[in-house]
Amino acid sequence: MTLLVGKHTRAIVQGITGNQGSFHTRLMLDYGTNIVAGVTPGKGGTSTQGLPVFDTVVSALEKNDANASIIFVPAPFAKEAGMEAIDAGLNPVVIITEMIPARDSMVLMAYAKEHGATIVGPNTPGVITPGEAKLGIMPGDAFSAGGVGVASRSGTLTYEIASYLTHAGIGQSTCLGIGGDPVTGLNFVDVLKMFRDDKSTSAVVLIGEIGGSAEEDAANYIAETHYPKPVAAYVAGRAAPPGKRMGHAGAIITGTEGTAHAKMKRFSEVGVLVAEVPSELPRLLQRQSAEIRVQ
Amino acid sequence: MKLFEYESKALAQNLGINTPRGGLASTPDEARDIHKRIGGEAVIKAQVLVAGRGKAGGIKFGSKPEETRDRASEILSMTIKGEKVKKVLVEQKLAIKKELFGSIVLDRANKCQTVLASDQGGIDIEDVAKQSPEKILHHRLDPVFGMRGYDARQVGLKLGYTGQRLNALTDLLSNLYRLSVIYDAELVESNPLVETNDGKFVTADLRVIVDDNSLFRHPEFQERAKEASGEVTPLEAKARENGLAFVELDGDIGIMGNGAGLVMATLDMVNHYGGKPANFCDVGGGANAEHVATALQIIQGDPKVTRVFVNILAGITRCDEVAKGILDVKKVVGLKKPLVVRMQGTNFEEGKRILNSVGITTLEKMDEAAQLIVASKVA
Repeated sequence: MTLLVGKHTRAIVQGITGNQGSFHTRLMLDYGTNIVAGVTPGKGGTSTQGLPVFDTVVSALEKNDANASIIFVPAPFAKEAGMEAIDAGLNPVVIITEMIPARDSMVLMAYAKEHGATIVGPNTPGVITPGEAKLGIMPGDAFSAGGVGVASRSGTLTYEIASYLTHAGIGQSTCLGIGGDPVTGLNFVDVLKMFRDDKSTSAVVLIGEIGGSAEEDAANYIAETHYPKPVAAYVAGRAAPPGKRMGHAGAIITGTEGTAHAKMKRFSEVGVLVAEVPSELPRLLQRQSAEIRVQ
Repeated sequence: MKLFEYESKALAQNLGINTPRGGLASTPDEARDIHKRIGGEAVIKAQVLVAGRGKAGGIKFGSKPEETRDRASEILSMTIKGEKVKKVLVEQKLAIKKELFGSIVLDRANKCQTVLASDQGGIDIEDVAKQSPEKILHHRLDPVFGMRGYDARQVGLKLGYTGQRLNALTDLLSNLYRLSVIYDAELVESNPLVETNDGKFVTADLRVIVDDNSLFRHPEFQERAKEASGEVTPLEAKARENGLAFVELDGDIGIMGNGAGLVMATLDMVNHYGGKPANFCDVGGGANAEHVATALQIIQGDPKVTRVFVNILAGITRCDEVAKGILDVKKVVGLKKPLVVRMQGTNFEEGKRILNSVGITTLEKMDEAAQLIVASKVA
């Protein structure tokens, strides 16, 4: 079983003619992702990267069979692009776009929930099932197929950690970025549930950062459900001063909630292996799997 | 973007929300004149964006206009948590029956807006949240339909109001919600929200934070966003003008990297090995040579920076572009501070070749590079 994307994925790219959309369509195709068409309003009838371009999602689906979408459209239009994909029955919908107003995301997530659609992002590197397909902007060669599920709030840090795992011979089942924005479609708890039910995932890595309570919520969920798979985590932002925005809109520390220390402490309390530096993660996972074998 | 109290109140007044009578003063004499005009006793409040001005002495009272002038003079010479006080708000002191707390916040975990309210207003609400969380009521709003009249009434009822006063409080909460919608506010907060002796509800204090990501659809904030005075240091302002995500810190190791998460992890790692970062600087994804050069010049121009750590894990970003940016700085103004460059990913062989050819060493591993920059002797 593969999570969210895999060989079965047939995707369209919304915003395919823009710089990022076009560039990453090429890289996704090169990775082996089955992308069938693109959408850019006003560019219907043209083609990009060898793919036909349509004005609307519905018109793209009249000529092509698709089941997923990846969105690169500019922030002011992202909410409607997401709704358009959901209305057309595409699922999952991966939103790469960053800096979408929180109110737009809030409304879009409510719409997705009502229609049973999964949104990855916004402000995400996307999702990859190594060796099968990627709907995202991550460099494919950092990843390798295996049994560790990775969920992250960051982009480049995910590639950094995935490449540590890959170099240590630890492959990944699925890696996904939940997104750096305050309001995202998936949170860590949603992803932990998916990894729990996924037979190809044997352990989980969570890459958190300061701000919000996604890490604390994940820790509580792990404790309450006696989570059946080993979990290791790294939380970025211990050196961050309170109240300052560290690049991501979601990463503001308010009061005591949301500090890296509080998150790491909470993870440790519930038995999650916490890495002091990202490069420690492979060793933590290897130690844990050795312990499981002994038991 | 945080708005000053006086800016927040101006928005509120346009929506018919009660605020105390008063005016904004930049000089002690102006403060005195405002007091003369409004009469009664006055409260003089420092207009700063940092929290905790009350404890820092930024709120004082004047029983007569002359006293208000003197108090305003004191406050106008203050610097609160690094922020210089440039203006004071002079307002009529209210006849307070009760101090409430009311706010409408973006609730990220629940993907909606939530009303937080309490009858324990006027004090630090974080303290209330810690010591007696049951005193703060949470009321979630539908993400699509928002605050309906009955949502506001239910909150008012739980705060203990009935009859005319319940109606008045319901109106005020509805209007605060309206303000949050019209201006895309991630926070609208009144503390204290005052119930006066004559049965009115008045926002004695009001804080509004506008969602930065929505500024493109708010031409009314364009100028304000440019100034963003008090929120950022001059160095931060300069960096942000150049499209960099930049936060100034108090260490001596300049940091530049690509991706917010990676840069945060870089700061942590430098700390972990015993160094102190001077800044957070994210050049973003796909940065070109010019952008990298600008970032490096801003970082090395900071007098407290003794050495610079460049950490690039290239995906969309290309190592050769980063190397060219560094090279441009070396050619045009010179590298003023010792540099450690870590590069990996897209086109890293080419990036390495460019830098090595001018005598700059590159490392591939983040851990090793972090240890090297911390250990390197200050010139």
